[in-house]
Formats: sequence, structure tokens, C-alpha cells
Amino acid sequence: MSDNGNVQKNGQAASFKVKAGLAQMLKGGVIMDVVTPEQAMIAEDAGAVAVMALERVPADIRVQGGVARMSDPGLIKEIMASVSIPVMAKVRIGHFVEAQILEVLGVDYIDESEVLTPADEEYHIYKHPFKVPFVCGCRNLGEALRRIGEGAAMIRTKGEAGTGDVVEAVRHARTVFGEIRRLQLMPDEELMTYAKNIGAPFSVVKEVKELGRLPVVNFAAGGIATPADAALMMQLGVDGVFVGSGIFKSGDPASRAKAIVQATTHYSNPEILAEVSENLGEPMVGINVSSLPEEEQLAVRGW
Amino acid sequence: MRIGVLALQGDFIEHRQMLEALGVTAVEVRLPDQLAHLDGLIIPGGESTTIGKLAVMYGFMEPLRQFARTKGMWGTCAGMIFMAKDVGADQPLLGIMDIVVERNAFGRQVDSFEADLVVPALRDGETRPFPAVFIRAPKLVEAKGDARIMAALPDGTAVATQQGKWLATSFHPELTGDGRFHEYFLNLLKT
Repeated sequence: MSDNGNVQKNGQAASFKVKAGLAQMLKGGVIMDVVTPEQAMIAEDAGAVAVMALERVPADIRVQGGVARMSDPGLIKEIMASVSIPVMAKVRIGHFVEAQILEVLGVDYIDESEVLTPADEEYHIYKHPFKVPFVCGCRNLGEALRRIGEGAAMIRTKGEAGTGDVVEAVRHARTVFGEIRRLQLMPDEELMTYAKNIGAPFSVVKEVKELGRLPVVNFAAGGIATPADAALMMQLGVDGVFVGSGIFKSGDPASRAKAIVQATTHYSNPEILAEVSENLGEPMVGINVSSLPEEEQLAVRGW
Repeated sequence: MRIGVLALQGDFIEHRQMLEALGVTAVEVRLPDQLAHLDGLIIPGGESTTIGKLAVMYGFMEPLRQFARTKGMWGTCAGMIFMAKDVGADQPLLGIMDIVVERNAFGRQVDSFEADLVVPALRDGETRPFPAVFIRAPKLVEAKGDARIMAALPDGTAVATQQGKWLATSFHPELTGDGRFHEYFLNLLKT
């Protein structure tokens, strides 16, 4: 399926610039979880910039329990064949063989995701050698920079997937942006100790101080269920949003998907936000994160 | 000079920063009335289906075609697709440039690549190659009418074209530190 002849003849493949570059093209957009080719087409029609191909959305993983793994390659291929936009798929934390399989399928991005059951409770995948780029979750700056150190070309704040409660997405985004603001004020002699304290590679800490932002694109995820939620995350400063269960677990997925796409573009225009929020039907039934016992929280997975 | 960057979706901030580094005022355009008082417009990289659908929803199609009649316009990657007359797929297109473009023509993301291009039209273009970044890139299948090819890959695939004050590139000059393509576009607007 992938014609590497083009690449070999013409230039250098799979550099970090090219991997991080695809995430730059997704900015200002909405990436939607889908479980069938039909849903993928609804997402594309609504203006999604990419879809995440899954067997079960996080809300169902929560209800059904059991071990959540990489999706069936057959399903991922069907979804890839059904749309022209990029297709992402998830692997378990540390499961580098699932990642090898997804790379061979030709998925456009791999999400090493806490939503699936971790395969390794100590180590994440070493992502640099892969041609396919990775996105990883984070709750704070240290976690984001460890993942970037391992080769992640895109970051998403974790939130709490499958809840429809935006509170954790807000907490994680505010944490990361607040830490970056404080880092920018630190004198250089404090950076090494800071890097040690947050468990992050020194070189990336230094880079973040200079840039005043993460060196890769940063989306929000986990609990976004309404156009207002998407715009809230955009106003807090993320580059785009993932919507998991929030669309296809709602009463009218096509309208809601379209509305969230518009809200992500016009996030700072309350008149448009008011207009697109009208008559969307039932949102997904939510779970208050504060009522979830810690062992049922997905965001704590990741090291 | 005031240059707009269509900011419906994609890497419009990278274009804005590149323009600002060259000393021009860059304006993010999210609604059609923001096209007023601009000297030129860039349509950034992104997902062409998303940009097209949002452009239709917010009544951009005719105002953009009108704008292009008298002003310069440059599309990078998704922007090239959006400006083309023919992409062989059913999606919203401005259809102003006489070019035939094939989407995702090099393959999926694992086939994305960087290449150094000789672009004679650029400053030092013959001697200093332009670092081009191709991401799920389209290719230029045909340039018709007075559209002419500006650059091609070593295998002959055309990847940049100019038709009067309109430019289209398969790749992303906004992702490089090299401002010569932006400079070329700005000079084009002065003519």
C-alpha cells in the first residue's frame, strides 16, 4: 500500500520534521473516535481533520471492562479505505509490537494510549525508530517532555476519557501551560534541577523555555462533549481537540460533530458558538470524574 | 502590505509568523468580511476537506473567487488542492487555477518526506536548493493554460506552479526556516 519508491527517489523519509509536520497540519481541527467505516464517513463529512479507528469508544471500554487492546487490523483497514483524511489508531502503552503492526498497515498516526490496558507498567515505546509518528497523553509538563524525549511527535493532554466531563482536560491543560509559563521565568541555572524534579530531559526543558511552548503540537482530549467544551480548550491554548465518546454516544452525532468542528475554528467568537450549540439533541450521558474511584481513572496510566 | 492567511484550519500560524518575520502585517481570516483591505491571501496546509467544508458553511466561496480576480493568492498543500480546478474527487474547491491535482499522491504519512528542490524563480534559486517538506502531499498532474511549472522533484513530478498572481505548492515553505517562497509571493503582489 505504501509506495516507498517515490520517497527513495526524491528525498529523505520519516524525519522528525515530517512526523511533527503532520500534527501541524491538523491544528485548529477535530479528531474523532470512530468504530465503523460509516462513522468515519460521517466524521469526514462533518469536517473532522482525522479519525481515530477503534473497536470500542472509551465510554464502552469503561462499561464493559476487560483488557482493551489494539483494534482488529481488518477494521482499521476498512476505515482507512473509507475516508481520505488521516487515520490514527491506538496501541497499549509499551506495546511496541502492536505499533509495528500498525506501521505496516500504514496508519497515519499511532496513539500510545492510556485508554487501552497498559502492556508495560514501567516503560513506554521508544518511538524514534518508527517511520509512523506517535501522539502520547500527558497530565503535566514532565510527562509531556518524557514522551517527547522518547520520540512522540504530538502531545495531547489526557483528560479523563469516556466520561463526558471536561474537568480533567481543563486541569491537565492548565497544568501544562502554567508550568511552561513558570519555566519561562526561570534563570538558566535552575533548569537542570527543574528537569530533574519533573523527570524530563534537560535539552527539551531548555527548548521549551526558549520557545515558550511545547516543541510539538498539543491537542486536548478526554471528556470533551460539547462545542463549548472544545472552544474552552482552544481558548486555554491547545492547538486542536480529540473528541472520543462525545460524538457517537450522543443523540445526533452528525450535527454534534459539525458543531464541534465549527466551534474549534471559531473558538473565540461567542455569537457563532451560541448559534452552533443550538438544537444538537442529547449529549452523551456523562460520569462525574469526582465520583470515579482512582482505580477506574485512566489518566493515571503512564509513567 | 497586509496579507491574509485563511485561518479556518491548518498551519496558519506558521504562515503568519513567516510573514511577520518578513516585515509585513499578517491577518488571520475566519469570516469573509475579513478579506477587505488585504493585498493577498495564503491558504495554508491542513485538511482540504475540512477547509473546504468550513469555507462553504461560512459563505467564503464566491468572496474568495472574487478576491482572486484582482489579488494574489497562494495555496500550500491543502491550499493547492483548494485552488485547483480538478482534483478528481467530490469536495468543495475554489477552482480558480488551471491545474489538475492528485490528493495524497505520494501515499500515506509513512511516505511523507523532505527533499531539496531547485526553484530557479527564487532568489539564489539555481545555487541554493529550497528545503521542501512533503506531508501526505498532493502532486501537480497537469498545468494547463498559462499555469507554468516552477519546480519538480528529481523524478520529474511537478510540485509548484504559478499562474499570474496565483501560486500553488505541494509542500510547506512555512515549515522551514527559509523565507524565500514567501518573499517571492510578496514580490509578485507588488508587480
